[in-house]
Amino acid sequence: MLATGVVGAVEDPWIRWSWISGHLDVIIAALLQHIQLTLIAVVIGLVIAVPLGLVAWRSRLFRGPIFTLTGILYTIPSLALFAFLLPFTGLTVLTAEIGLVSYTLLILVRNIVVGLNAVPDEVREAARGMGFRPLAELARVDLPLAIPAIMAGVRIATVTTIGLVTVTALIGEGGLGSLIYDGLLREFHTPLVVGTVLSVALAVVADLSLAGLQRVVTPWARSRAVP
Amino acid sequence: MSFIGQVAQWFQDPAHWQGDGGIPHRTLEHVAMSGVSVLVAALIALPIGIAIGHVGKGGNLAINISNIGRAIPSFALLVLAAQFFGIAAASQIVGFGAVPAFVALVALAIPPMVTNSYIGMREVDPDVREAARGMGMRERAVLLRVELPIAVPFIMAGIRTSAVNVVATATLAAEVAWGGLGRFIVDGLGLQDYPQLFAGAVMVAVLALIVEFSLAGLQRLSTPAGLRPSKSTQKEEPVAALDTAAVAA
Repeated sequence: MLATGVVGAVEDPWIRWSWISGHLDVIIAALLQHIQLTLIAVVIGLVIAVPLGLVAWRSRLFRGPIFTLTGILYTIPSLALFAFLLPFTGLTVLTAEIGLVSYTLLILVRNIVVGLNAVPDEVREAARGMGFRPLAELARVDLPLAIPAIMAGVRIATVTTIGLVTVTALIGEGGLGSLIYDGLLREFHTPLVVGTVLSVALAVVADLSLAGLQRVVTPWARSRAVP
Repeated sequence: MSFIGQVAQWFQDPAHWQGDGGIPHRTLEHVAMSGVSVLVAALIALPIGIAIGHVGKGGNLAINISNIGRAIPSFALLVLAAQFFGIAAASQIVGFGAVPAFVALVALAIPPMVTNSYIGMREVDPDVREAARGMGMRERAVLLRVELPIAVPFIMAGIRTSAVNVVATATLAAEVAWGGLGRFIVDGLGLQDYPQLFAGAVMVAVLALIVEFSLAGLQRLSTPAGLRPSKSTQKEEPVAALDTAAVAA
């Protein structure tokens, strides 16, 4: 066994179809967990980022600290962030989600601010001239016009989160990352390849679906060609 | 003793400052591996991005490569590289353990640099390019004295994005039998030695923040004086616009 370890690793094919057909339930469960972890992170991320983004947009005083704080969270490597939380929240979904949400904040807040800043002053003037109150102007003029930038942020945050979820395999979660980690621990290629391919496919499908969603919610932008 | 006290004690233990597994050696490993990976990736990526931007063709490729790069989990990239080169074989050849990590880090660092240097070159106003040609500048001078200086802040933004990614992923490389500061986290996790785990996280986070802030400073310094935004018109940093542009396109 010892002597054949190296040889075995070399002879192991990249894909063993029999393993896949025998472990479909495991693969599907991993995929579903991956989607769940991602969805929770992006939704909670948005719930936190929208008010933060509005404050950063409106208040010069808070803009700097908000960008600095979310920037620091974004810069701390994922494994280190999980390690910071582990002694306190343990090997739980909570640890994984706090980390994942932290990474979405900078992307979402930045794009919300960039989108709102891009609303032309004339449009805002016109809304005010038509008698819009500040809150109505925000809800019916500013935010709708910022949707393309905000959606771009949601797409980046989603794709980034899908990649980061794989790292949570190291703290006992992982979704498809648990297949990748399994492949690493057993030096068995098939789960590694399956986990990687499905993770990339999930990122692509999520990105395209969000692009489709963006077209549906911004019908006025459809005729405009994207440069 | 409080948990933070235990972490402080871990840092004070002289044994953690000595030898191949000590803090100085692990830090050096981490910095050297990250530095060399970013440098090699830059040598590959920047000429490609700048060339595509200068010629103006193949823009879709330049933009989409960073989207594709983002979709591939860095953890998967590391494990794939480790298995491709063979962990078992790797650990038997002295120093070879670094090869899979190095290959994965270079691959990871290339896409943001290609995209940002391309976008930087496209940021150059066509009128400015025309004017330079009209002044009798040759193609080489247009590239070196007009396009590149304008593109440098974007190129720097790409290097910064890649460098921070590389420092973060080099931490994960401890999982594929490489050293670096991630060793403390991975070993702490394996041994349920939480003070070591936490201490490792502190060192990794500090290193990543130092890299981020010093490269951000370098990016500001590299912006030609005439292009620097004045205090009153300060805009968001180009990275935000780049990310938006990269996906919107």
